[in-house]
Amino acid sequence: MIEANTPFLRMVRSFWPLVSLSLLLLIIVAAVDLSGDIILAQTLIEGLVRIVIVAALYMFIGNSGIISFGHIGFVMVGAYATAWQTCCPYTREMFMPGLPEYLLNTSHHFIPAILLGGLLAALVALIAGFAIMRMSGIAASIGTFAFMMVLYSAYLRWSTWTSGASSVIGLPTTTTPWVGYVYAVITLAAAYFYSRSKWGLALRSSRDDEVAAKAAGVNVFGQRLLAFVISAFFCGMAGGLFGHFLGMLTVDSFYLGMTFITLSMLVVGGMQSLTGAVVGVIMLSVVIDVLRRLETGVGSFSIPSSSAEVGVGLILLIILIFRRTGLTGNAEIYWPFKADISSSGAMKRQS
Amino acid sequence: MDYIIQTVISALSVGSFYALGALGIGLLFSVLRLINFAHGDFITVGGFALIVPSSAVVATVAIGGLHPAIMVVAIVAIVVALAVISYFLVFQHSQTSSPATMMIVSFALGYTLQNLIVMIYGGRPKAVNIFPSLTGQVQLSDGVSVQILQLVIIAVTWILLIALVLFLKRTRVGVQMRAAAEDFRMARMLGVNGKNVIALAFVLSGGLAGIMSILFVTQTGVLIFRMGVPIMLFFFIATVIGGMGSLVGAVVGGYSVGIVSVVLSAILPEELRGFRDACVFILVIVILLARPQGIVLTKAAKERV
Repeated sequence: MIEANTPFLRMVRSFWPLVSLSLLLLIIVAAVDLSGDIILAQTLIEGLVRIVIVAALYMFIGNSGIISFGHIGFVMVGAYATAWQTCCPYTREMFMPGLPEYLLNTSHHFIPAILLGGLLAALVALIAGFAIMRMSGIAASIGTFAFMMVLYSAYLRWSTWTSGASSVIGLPTTTTPWVGYVYAVITLAAAYFYSRSKWGLALRSSRDDEVAAKAAGVNVFGQRLLAFVISAFFCGMAGGLFGHFLGMLTVDSFYLGMTFITLSMLVVGGMQSLTGAVVGVIMLSVVIDVLRRLETGVGSFSIPSSSAEVGVGLILLIILIFRRTGLTGNAEIYWPFKADISSSGAMKRQS
Repeated sequence: MDYIIQTVISALSVGSFYALGALGIGLLFSVLRLINFAHGDFITVGGFALIVPSSAVVATVAIGGLHPAIMVVAIVAIVVALAVISYFLVFQHSQTSSPATMMIVSFALGYTLQNLIVMIYGGRPKAVNIFPSLTGQVQLSDGVSVQILQLVIIAVTWILLIALVLFLKRTRVGVQMRAAAEDFRMARMLGVNGKNVIALAFVLSGGLAGIMSILFVTQTGVLIFRMGVPIMLFFFIATVIGGMGSLVGAVVGGYSVGIVSVVLSAILPEELRGFRDACVFILVIVILLARPQGIVLTKAAKERV
């Protein structure tokens, strides 16, 4: 038994969910990297990008209790903003002739481009949030959904900047498993620290009882807006990663399909837990990957097409009916060793 | 003038279709606080039920080839059965969740239904031709000719609306349903059987979806596994604009959305027409902010503390 009684162990313990999730992902990434399986690496990168999206969803949904159907719009904003800066220097004018002079002629490095993409998504969220975050409950959910539709149909028609219904091809494929890992861990850390910060706690109090939180002096609108903007920033970065993983972008890929998959992952894992976000992504990614492989056939055995989608739908329904708190039961990973009784330990346990 | 009459009739027919859809959603929302995103997929299922289940490229009609009256009854029965089964298997168990969670449940159901259709029928669009005579034009006066189907849609909508109103006002269960829509808990305390009322709402909503699937397939002549999604979005907008939970509101919302979208397509310049959908959704957000109870006010729309 290890007692968390040295300063170092105490620190590890208070960040234990974050540490253990990062280690879990590290093991998975390292194992896939060593195996050298290219197809598996593709699934892994997609999974890591989804972890960024779902952890960002957790930041807003998990802490505010408002289910957002609109975050995939921010992923799209980030993805296209990144593509304006990095995509295909020689053919950029062909795909996106409406870009201003500066963007047509300059290419940024991948990392600042992704950051700027995230910032643009955050800015869009700030503007939209001013309206949408004034609502509560189902109205706010509908508002986020309507906003996603606004972004989707605007990007679809705005063809001089986004190529509209056709795709932008030729983004450098810089998102490797390790790049994805770094961004996933950064996002998990941000989500973890945010939800334990005073702002995160204030927002959570409004989730559990809005009237009481208001009475206790919490600016519910402001806290929701803050969470909305931060999570949109990470969604925007995920969009950049996604574009540099596929090497191409289409507006249609950022629509109801992606909204549904990412929300399912969060719900299956447990909406109010960061561990749940990661567990949900891993669980559904594995299920989808296995069913896809069976669809194409193993030997002479194969299952009907779109079994993967039916599988995801059924798993989500079963979770929603029988275990509404998700696989993790909305809990984080516990410190597996003997609990220490120091006052700091007791304090940390509460949050 | 002729052009105006044609536009008015086409706006009324589109509006009628949206009103029926919004009514199907509003019925469930009023008693269950459920925004049923699977409603569009109920319509899709009704359409696919017309043909023989196979992934062959050419569709063979099965129910779609029967006598029209039998066909309508059979399709409505299938969709009603689907709606009732989905209540007992799925929605009944998530009745106590928040409305947003139930919205996810209905998303999941719709997504599963769509992909089950792909599994059985394949993902390719299939041509189906039922009631070919209805897609022809009819001459109303000199120069004014409209599609017969548009008139049929308007007529069917009003027959259904009147029947529904009579049902809700004159029958015992209809009155119980209205009471449950007003205040579900109070109605139960006064002896209304909540489960029956909700099941009945699913029956009515499924019945409307069944009739709509026949109208829709007659109009488009094609079956696509995702065809329920875009029309569902319009029903949804109509429900929100009219006021969630109000049946009059659903009808008003459906007609407003239909008329506005037809008129906008007719008068907007070509380069702005593409942004029509974006404008409509911005309007939804504005209405949610300015008048969250919708155009038509109901008592049930208020969120209670």
